[in-house]
Amino acid sequence: MVPTDFFAPAGTLSPRLALDLPDAGFLIAGQDMPDNDTRQRQRREAVRARFEQEIERLLDRLYGTALRLTRNPDDAEDVVAEAVEKAWEQVPKLRDWARFEGWMFRILNNTFVTLWRRRRSRQDRETAVDELSRDSVDAASFSLFQKLHQPFLLWWGTPEEQFVDGLVQEDLAKAVDALPDAYRLVVVLVELQGYTYEEAAALLALPVGTVRSRLNRGRGLLQKALWEYGRHADEGQPPGPKHPQSGGE
Amino acid sequence: MSRDDLTCEEVLEQLFAYLDQELDGDRLAAMDRHLRRCRDCFTRAEFEKRLRARVRETGTAQAPERLRQRVKKVLDRY
Repeated sequence: MVPTDFFAPAGTLSPRLALDLPDAGFLIAGQDMPDNDTRQRQRREAVRARFEQEIERLLDRLYGTALRLTRNPDDAEDVVAEAVEKAWEQVPKLRDWARFEGWMFRILNNTFVTLWRRRRSRQDRETAVDELSRDSVDAASFSLFQKLHQPFLLWWGTPEEQFVDGLVQEDLAKAVDALPDAYRLVVVLVELQGYTYEEAAALLALPVGTVRSRLNRGRGLLQKALWEYGRHADEGQPPGPKHPQSGGE
Repeated sequence: MSRDDLTCEEVLEQLFAYLDQELDGDRLAAMDRHLRRCRDCFTRAEFEKRLRARVRETGTAQAPERLRQRVKKVLDRY
């Protein structure tokens, strides 16, 4: 760990250094001004320390997101490692550490999309979408809320809240992973990462309207899967306030 | 109900765009206004928000130690 009182604020560095590397947010005690080489080395060490700190803070989210995108732990590791390497190479271009998180996730998503495109030909991808769109037309209109918000269930309190709170992490992950690529990618970008429709469209090279419709279908499929898991988990259990979904159909 | 007010059906049609923060200006204001007044639509919106928060949790998973070591190696190479 680099001592935090060892580096100067960006404004006190030479303009060239300040331009080359983003402000790592460290301070120099600064009685003796070090020479240029020393300052550059110190600056690099400071940037590395800050980079490591930021990656450590985000690593579980980067890995989790990669896992949802790839659906495979080994691939997820590869995507994160490659994204970190690209980010580390490009870190001199980063102007503001406050933007690190969004910047890093963009690199992660780009890395995944490049890998995904390499592995699946365009024809494969489009065929997959055509096949799936037939099955998912109904899914787009599926609403978990409507299944749960039934008058007779409301006697027991708030079945929707109980259902959502009772969902286990494993089922949620399984439901996301079960989505076909075309739907899963937009769900992960928009729903998990907060991308705008336009940002998702740009990344995936799709029209915004396509992102919107895939998102609708993806959400419908996701809710349908969660409904099925909830019903399955409840089989054999007596109906009651803790199991509102058991009588939902 | 003024001319600018939305029906519940219109609110449901735009609910996800609203939650995705894709609305602005008059449409956003009209949604806000309706959700403040209509208990049914408000309940639905709260449900979708709650579900989304749970789905978002799936974007976090404990990174394996092997990955941490790989990250360290990447940084050590430069």
